[in-house]
Amino acid sequence: MTATVTVDNVAAARPVSVPRGYRFELVKLVSQWRIRLLVLACWIAPALFVAAVSRQSTLPSDTLFGRWMHATGWAGPLVMLGFAGTWALPLLTSVVAGDVFACEDRLGTWRHLLVAVRSPRRIFVAKALASLTVILLLVAGLACSSTAGGVVAVGDQPLVGLDGHLLAPADAAVKVLLAWVCVLAPTLALAGIGLLGSVTLGRSPMGLLLPALVALAMQLAQMMPLPAAVRLALPSYAFIAWNGLFTSPAQLGPLLIGIVVSLLWAVTATVLAYVLFVRRDFTNLTYDGAGRRAVTAGVLPLAGLVAVTVGVVATTTGATGSGIEQDKVQRSLATAFAHLYRLQTQQLNRPAVTETQLKATATCDKGSVRVAAEGPGNDWRCVVSWHLPGVEATGRAIYQLDVTPDGRFMADGDGPKEVNGYFLVRTPAGDAPNPLWQFDGNVELLAASKG
Amino acid sequence: MDQLRAIRARGITKCFGNVVALDGIDLDVTQGQIHGLVGPNGAGKTTLLGLLLGLAAADSGRLEILGTPVGRALAAPDGVAGFVDGPGLYPSLTARQNLAALAALRGRDTRTAGIDDVLDQVGLTDVADDRARGFSLGMRQRLGLAAALLTQPRLLVLDEPSNGLDPAGKKHVHGVLTRLAADGTSVVLSSHRMDDLQALCSEVTIIATGRVVFSGPLSKLAAENRELDYRLLTSDPQAARRLAADTAGIRIVDDAGTQHDAEVLVVRALVPALDDLVVQLVRAGVALRELAPVVSPLEAAFLALTEQQEAGR
Repeated sequence: MTATVTVDNVAAARPVSVPRGYRFELVKLVSQWRIRLLVLACWIAPALFVAAVSRQSTLPSDTLFGRWMHATGWAGPLVMLGFAGTWALPLLTSVVAGDVFACEDRLGTWRHLLVAVRSPRRIFVAKALASLTVILLLVAGLACSSTAGGVVAVGDQPLVGLDGHLLAPADAAVKVLLAWVCVLAPTLALAGIGLLGSVTLGRSPMGLLLPALVALAMQLAQMMPLPAAVRLALPSYAFIAWNGLFTSPAQLGPLLIGIVVSLLWAVTATVLAYVLFVRRDFTNLTYDGAGRRAVTAGVLPLAGLVAVTVGVVATTTGATGSGIEQDKVQRSLATAFAHLYRLQTQQLNRPAVTETQLKATATCDKGSVRVAAEGPGNDWRCVVSWHLPGVEATGRAIYQLDVTPDGRFMADGDGPKEVNGYFLVRTPAGDAPNPLWQFDGNVELLAASKG
Repeated sequence: MDQLRAIRARGITKCFGNVVALDGIDLDVTQGQIHGLVGPNGAGKTTLLGLLLGLAAADSGRLEILGTPVGRALAAPDGVAGFVDGPGLYPSLTARQNLAALAALRGRDTRTAGIDDVLDQVGLTDVADDRARGFSLGMRQRLGLAAALLTQPRLLVLDEPSNGLDPAGKKHVHGVLTRLAADGTSVVLSSHRMDDLQALCSEVTIIATGRVVFSGPLSKLAAENRELDYRLLTSDPQAARRLAADTAGIRIVDDAGTQHDAEVLVVRALVPALDDLVVQLVRAGVALRELAPVVSPLEAAFLALTEQQEAGR
């Protein structure tokens, strides 16, 4: 027997071009009823949800910007963004990217597809691009629909930022758009994980669920008291880092780190999926996922990526602790209070005052005096002091703070009643929500503690 | 000469780990020929068909398809179409949409790609706008064939194309394949149904445990001189049994694997001995109402060859 194999590619026909393969994959994706339903749901449901919630007497005040849904239509898309980052986007990427390869296993169409396209590489690219397109369509639907619902139902009023400063409608629109664009990065990371799961786990439902499970695990990690460097090294941080866009100045450091980390995950997971896919033996009828190779070729590199990014973030930013320190909490609370005090002043039709004139400061302690005032917890107690022009006495207000490990806090006013002790204020136009009673704020985890 | 050869394979070997799926396979298929590929389950048929379709590359050996050598790179040459392990269809698309998507994939205008024509050829015009989700196995097979026809292949590779076909569907498929061969397209098909092979193929290759145990015309295979089991239905079964026992070269088979019927006698014999028995029966005044092989000569040859190969492992 002559044991020779002829020169490569002598007779291979030209494979189908990527644009044609992409179109083919799109046709297949949008022909599925569940994808059509998802597209419809993403373009319609958020508008209805935001419009309905905005007209209710009770607002989702435990959700970031939820307490402002009566005040401006720009709060609606941000409430939806918070929900999307937690639930919708992981599930959407699961259904689309987590199934894009596995469905061919389920239908038994791999050989047909290979004969038709003639290039596993191009099949991978076409499938990845098609699933990316559908995911972008779904994200765009969530963003546009919730914005339309909010603006139509409530109106185009200024938005109160996360540090209490007012954003003009045009600024709010730009920042809302930017926030949605920023969460594309972690969405891409989940999509990459979805592709990897879909390639490695074959028909197993675990492939479909992988992005949602990974997102859930990362959310649980974000709820744990982890060091800031670890928190920022997880792509899920970018789902909350957009908060920093709504402070003045914007907290761009964590946001940019979150985006870069997410894109690294997206690229790494996609490359791993690609390598595993092009090495697959399509003539093996018993193939049902890469099995053990999934662990060595999929999980270990991503675990390595986490280790490297934790090291790089810790080294370059010096963030080793929780990032929630007494000075930063005090500064953040005082800033938000000053901005919101101005808002309350306007509501009550009092003489205008500036933040500089107020000279607001805060003094915070956490728990008992024996415990260091740092880290997350709901036992932060603060006293805010301020001055009014021409008034000798120093104003004082007490707040209880619940600071979550990601740096977000909710300040709950504890008096005096005229300032922050009651949820309504009596304005010339009638009772209105008291902006100083409860408000949200944000501690930048990477900022230097001494400012 | 080679220009008339659709497939020329020499010493093709393919292993999956420690398992040798193909072990030095030679195969020749000439242009316009319908060539059957037969073998027991696990013999390597699907692997060989996969090589022809460019789904895998041989570990060693030389393979030429449509006159050009095939290398290690995946992907078949232009002009090759077909399916292995069942046709690949997308259930959420209609029959027409499945074909249109394929035509568009090839860069062809779906209006002029001949979709209606191929649907008509395989008898699926009436269900062209039904989703493939509701198709029976036979309809799926026919749609798979239509998809292959859409590319106007010069070599058609089909794995069990008659699976699940009703008589009408079978007639359509046989008609299509015969017409294609008449027009110069070569067809390689695997099947477990000897009647299909007899009806369609001019040559067959029998594979067992990754090796070719026979390759040539069907007539040559059927004419191989071997004993067969025959089923006899006579007017006097007892007399027939006595005569059979007394006839040289005849063995009575009491465990023929057929449904027990006291009226039926099963004997194993070469054709000359069987002729003698028939003469004896007639002389003894026993009417012969039915005489037929229990399995067709082709199937018997197949079983004998593959069992020999299995025994020789």
